[in-house]
Amino acid sequence: MSDSTRAYRFAVNVTPKPGILDPQGKAVERSLPHLGIAGVTGVRVGRRVEMAVEAADGAAARAVVDRLAGELLSNPLVEQFAVEPLGETVEAAPTGAASPGVASTGAGARG
Amino acid sequence: MTVRVGVVVFPGSNRDIDAVNALRVAGAEPEILWHETTDLAGVAGILLPGGFAYGDYLRAGVIARFSPVMRAVADFAARGGPVLGICNGFQVLAEARLVTGALLRNRGLRFVCREVTLLPEHMDTPFTREIGERRPLRMPVAHGEGCYYADEATLDELERDGGVLWRYANADGSVAGPEDQGNPNGSLRGIAGVRNAAGNVAGLMPHPETAVEAILGSDDGLGIIRSLVVSSAEWASTGSIAGTRPMAEAGR
Repeated sequence: MSDSTRAYRFAVNVTPKPGILDPQGKAVERSLPHLGIAGVTGVRVGRRVEMAVEAADGAAARAVVDRLAGELLSNPLVEQFAVEPLGETVEAAPTGAASPGVASTGAGARG
Repeated sequence: MTVRVGVVVFPGSNRDIDAVNALRVAGAEPEILWHETTDLAGVAGILLPGGFAYGDYLRAGVIARFSPVMRAVADFAARGGPVLGICNGFQVLAEARLVTGALLRNRGLRFVCREVTLLPEHMDTPFTREIGERRPLRMPVAHGEGCYYADEATLDELERDGGVLWRYANADGSVAGPEDQGNPNGSLRGIAGVRNAAGNVAGLMPHPETAVEAILGSDDGLGIIRSLVVSSAEWASTGSIAGTRPMAEAGR
């Protein structure tokens, strides 16, 4: 494995903090009666950011994502974030031998 | 000698030319500062203009916050130099934590472009000193994310320390609360603009720079731009500005 690059995939889900007015969520809620849907409350609209992080191990990758999520992807004054690991991708180094080109592990991993 | 005031231009700034014009009308010599530079060319004040820096991607102002020029602007502010952010420039200052609070999506979800009435407070600050008598000021707003938010304790602290410089007003002259007609975006306590605790950095959502000549429909904004120019001149000649204190002392 020494000649391969490990990448760890994550999603960061950013949502408005509880108590922060979310006019988009309210607009979605108000549209639901038009669809004939009742009983749906607490709609909050946020954003999801996916990424792959090259690192020595999963913990190091996670540390990078936590920093990125706190400093750039969310505004801690008004937003909260949750990091969702999506699994590990192992790619052979460009000079690589016979190892498989791409192998994925982890429940959430996608091509 | 004419005082030189920098206008920072990010990719997506679109009020930079208005800012340049306003500074000239106010008697200053504008200096364009590109976002990739860290050299502020010896200017005596900084104006962050309106627009959509970096397309407003992710959050308005956040990508701009990490640009090279903003590191220089933060240093300039830490040395006590006057910095005024207008509209998108206010959003950049808020993301950079150079002023308190956040600018959220407008309560009505729409981009709002119309004239508003502003009530200035504290007429002796680096950004209000040239307005003259306290009176309602008419000028435009044009933004989609201008709803000023901070938690209750922070709002109390801002008000106690004289941090609120401008509020939206209703037709009858009262402060426009979040639900009032005079408040274009739902800003808490009607706050349209604030300054930092040190007193030398301020931001506001409305556009004083497009209300500097009668031919533009209003010249009520000129006092704010002139205040920046006069404060810049004072800082250039004395190294400090009346009514401000060092950031280290102020905590911010």
